[in-house]
Amino acid sequence: MTDLRGKSAIVGVGHAGFGEAHGQSAYDIMAQSSLAALSDAGLNLSDVDGLFCTMMEDSMPALMAAEYLGITPRYIDGTMTGGSSFVNYLTSATMALEAGLCDVALICYGSNQRTASGKLVTASKLPPYEGLYSPRYPISGYALAAARHMYEYGTTRENLADVAVAARAWASHNPEAFMRDALTREDVLASRMVGDPLTKLDCCLVTDGGGAIVLVRADRAKDFPNAPVYVLGAAAESSHRQISQMKDYTTTAARESGKRAFAMAGVTPADIDVVELYDAFTINTILFLEDLGFCEKGEGGAFVSNGNIAPGGSLAVNTNGGGLSCVHPGMYGIFTIIEAARQIRGDAPGLQLDGVELAVAHGNGGVLSSQVTAILGGASTV
Amino acid sequence: MVNELGPDAYFRQGLANGEINLPKCRDCDRFHFFPRVHCPHCGSIKLTWQPASGKGEVHTTTTVRRRPESGGDYNVCMIELTEGVRMMSRVDGILPVEVKIGLAITAFVGEINGTPAVLCKPAGAE
Repeated sequence: MTDLRGKSAIVGVGHAGFGEAHGQSAYDIMAQSSLAALSDAGLNLSDVDGLFCTMMEDSMPALMAAEYLGITPRYIDGTMTGGSSFVNYLTSATMALEAGLCDVALICYGSNQRTASGKLVTASKLPPYEGLYSPRYPISGYALAAARHMYEYGTTRENLADVAVAARAWASHNPEAFMRDALTREDVLASRMVGDPLTKLDCCLVTDGGGAIVLVRADRAKDFPNAPVYVLGAAAESSHRQISQMKDYTTTAARESGKRAFAMAGVTPADIDVVELYDAFTINTILFLEDLGFCEKGEGGAFVSNGNIAPGGSLAVNTNGGGLSCVHPGMYGIFTIIEAARQIRGDAPGLQLDGVELAVAHGNGGVLSSQVTAILGGASTV
Repeated sequence: MVNELGPDAYFRQGLANGEINLPKCRDCDRFHFFPRVHCPHCGSIKLTWQPASGKGEVHTTTTVRRRPESGGDYNVCMIELTEGVRMMSRVDGILPVEVKIGLAITAFVGEINGTPAVLCKPAGAE
């Protein structure tokens, strides 16, 4: 097997339309994000020959994006695994770059969900053996997992609330974050119940926003304005599509994706400086910290509590405020990569941690269905 | 398959006749759900159908909160039948918040908006 560790590097990141982007279409926001990332890398659209994109509005979004951008990519990947897609593209883009199938890979996304509809918009149909029961998609799926985790491990609503409180504490320092007001455990517990055991404040935001990343082969990564961020490890595992087909509601496929991503990078959770996880709901953070090996299975509730993953805690998690408090335009996965890369580069918009060399970006797709883990590193790691 | 209908259509036809038929593998003897053309456990295409016992328990559950004027709160749960398969369902006859993990249930064929559906009631309830 070809060793892909450190073979590609992120040389540009960009975003656009955070919060409310009135009058902007999803493709406008995608393109603005792409232009920002290319500008960050000192490149032009005409340099892009590999496109990695999916959107929520269309069944051929990658073609729509290429057409809008005015490019004719010779390599294109529009694999749709939900919000994890963009972390998944780190693997396919690295392979395409390494094989010489493209030289400049653009990973991009945009959405105007907040101003367009105010709720999650998806082209997905209701799953055939679930739709009749009217589960509220996607929250009911995550609620079913949270309820089982509470039953098996004694995880509490206070534990869940502390995830939201930590995310807000990080967001309060980030001028790009949509929600920055102080938030307490009591606020979360007193918030309106939406799908037991999850309240409104256990759920991610619905915002507009887009993000983009420029990836090149590592051998030319130092020829760009910003310090390169290397892809040291990336791995995926898919366990189901419908929540009713999840075999174990307390253990996600992140256990497998994480194991392989860490093995590929040659590092362990103890080596990681910052963790960016797809926190669509508060239970996600608990599940993924357990499954990626930052704490034991069942101990996630205690691990996230009392400020342990907030600023000043033992592990820095979702340093931009995450999907819970920073930005969540339908699919959040790309922002885990962008924040991880900025922490490594040293230009994070909120709290910048000292000496970040190793970061995890973890994407989730569907209803805990697709898990993709990436390990990113700075110059000292290759 | 032993029948002309596809597995999904056969299952739904059973529901329309008031029966919950579960697909079972004749090679590995295990049940699976949802119905499909092969056994997801061993890959065999030698499948048969067996009426469900209807006995099981709630594996996990949530209350979907909804405004009273829109119909009020309702239950969505995953049930595990004694045959070893799980499916999404709804427990009727008690309040949604009273549906707990581990609750013994009896599954039956009811209707949701005129469509036959597997529903449940607490075991022993009339």
